[in-house]
Amino acid sequence: MIGLAPHLDPRLFADDLPQVPTRNGYGEGLVLAGEADPHVVALCADLTESTRTEAFKEKFPDRFVEVGVAEQNLVTVAAGMAACGKIPFTTSYAMFSPGRNWEQIRTTACYNDQPVKVVGSHAGVSVGPDGATHQALEDIALMRVLPNMVVVCPTDALEARRATVAIAQHGQPTYLRLSRAKVPQITTEQTPFTLGRAEAYCDGDDVAIVACGQMVYRALVAARDLAAAGIRARVINCHTVKPLDAATLVRAAEETGAVVTAEEHQVAGGLGSAVAELLVQRHPVPMQLVGVQDRFGESGEPDELLEAFGLTADAIAQAARAVVARKRGASAPAR
Amino acid sequence: MVLTDDDLLRLQATANRIRQDVIEMLVAAGSGHSAGPLGMADVFTALYFRVLRHDPRRPDWPERDRLVLSNGHICPVLYATMAEAGYFPVEELATLRKLGSRLQGHPHRQKLPGLETSSGPLGSGLSQAAGMALVAQRDGLRWRTYCLMSDGEQEEGNTWEAVMFAAKYRLHSLCAIMDRNNIQIDGHTEDVMPLDSIRAKYEAFNWHVLEIDGHNFEQIVGACDEARAIYERPTLIVAHTIPGKGVDYMENRYEWHGSPPDAANVPGAPPKGKQAAVALAELRTLGGRIRSEHE
Repeated sequence: MIGLAPHLDPRLFADDLPQVPTRNGYGEGLVLAGEADPHVVALCADLTESTRTEAFKEKFPDRFVEVGVAEQNLVTVAAGMAACGKIPFTTSYAMFSPGRNWEQIRTTACYNDQPVKVVGSHAGVSVGPDGATHQALEDIALMRVLPNMVVVCPTDALEARRATVAIAQHGQPTYLRLSRAKVPQITTEQTPFTLGRAEAYCDGDDVAIVACGQMVYRALVAARDLAAAGIRARVINCHTVKPLDAATLVRAAEETGAVVTAEEHQVAGGLGSAVAELLVQRHPVPMQLVGVQDRFGESGEPDELLEAFGLTADAIAQAARAVVARKRGASAPAR
Repeated sequence: MVLTDDDLLRLQATANRIRQDVIEMLVAAGSGHSAGPLGMADVFTALYFRVLRHDPRRPDWPERDRLVLSNGHICPVLYATMAEAGYFPVEELATLRKLGSRLQGHPHRQKLPGLETSSGPLGSGLSQAAGMALVAQRDGLRWRTYCLMSDGEQEEGNTWEAVMFAAKYRLHSLCAIMDRNNIQIDGHTEDVMPLDSIRAKYEAFNWHVLEIDGHNFEQIVGACDEARAIYERPTLIVAHTIPGKGVDYMENRYEWHGSPPDAANVPGAPPKGKQAAVALAELRTLGGRIRSEHE
């Protein structure tokens, strides 16, 4: 038994746990945000259907802008609209936005401090058969180094919906990272969600596993497997990569003394780096980073790729055993 | 006649003061761009003292026309014009590029009231101006959007994304003004990357295009008036200008694109240490010469 939060979907480890892409939650959230505030507008770069911007376009045709395949224009037009009081959501694939238009995001959204929302769908290797050119694995790093920028990577579709509604109203430039593939739907309406706050979904004092995106689900599976071996893991959903919830993460490091991070992103510059930057200054503990190890993606089915790139519950559990061993002074190799 | 003789004299005198401000602020800063700001002094004067609907006492007036400076590096002329128009004290111009100044080396919206956007990296101003014009069009607002851009930044892909976009959405309240001075940092534009025929290019993209002498107030104001009458299309005004205009040794020398007076040895220029004094002396006595070009 592990100390799971009671608000998660009770089918968490069952075969019938629903699977939904986070982009679907974004599409629903965008309509809700548009209903709540007439200043919300949406811009898209020729990917309206696959980024799930279509529902907003149909409901609010006068508040939708099609810019064509032009990601630099996408965010700069949005910055101009934001300067006139609009709250623009710009959608494309993460590889193209923020992949191609970083300087425009930096200067016209962040430096201007305009509430432009950069929504990058199809992030991570789980994009699948399209291959490495379309698998953004560096986007969190690109966005998290920018002053004023908020970075959110929802764990499932429901959280993506709630995150979309929340970022529409907080007045800051924001990066929202979404998936193409279906991911486990683990949260419920009862699950707490606040931008900037990391939530522990599972209690434990032997090791903390800090994850974002669909890796939260895999971290929970790892926690279940670790429990069988007598290791009690605390699993933290760190959906807001910037600003980090320092209080929750430092407390986790203090109380567990060992930290693993897990993300569908390069280990350089992503969530793991962010957590390491925090802890090395506030409470250094043995750490291990699960993520993509300085390589490009490739074609395959989403689950095959996650397996091939070591983005699995087994990899997280192995990393957890390694940091626990290091904490206890044993000479465990660092994988 | 768009302008009376009195109007013309006043605009010429203002532009001359702005040119002197530009020289003085660049010398005080010790770095910055000379050629573009001097070349665009007449266009900026016409805009802020004749064309724009704006109120220096209320820089956030919702009904104001929007002016986006895309090529942020010519901001000395923007700052000098804004100061002369009353946005802030002229004395503050001496803080250009200094630590703590509101007058950053490239414009920063959050530092100085009256700036619509931060700029410097080239090719992004027209997109932002198009976004503003789209809001005005969709929300039925009457203000107009002006985007000032350089000729060199026509080499940026982002510019052409915006050109297509503005034509698609028929942004008739958008008026772009290009400083066609034919120079950029590495040399003459037609050597670095040929732009001609820039007029044919924009016309092919469904823009309305006007070409003017960028030192002729009648033509500058007249073109902005004509742009107002164009419906269903954005307008580009190609303002042919002389880089370094008003300072003889700087005119048409690309070497002055990125250097302030007294900082560079350029063929034909006075020695370092004497350049600013020569430039100011020339400007203070050149009223007749500049006026002659409008007759």
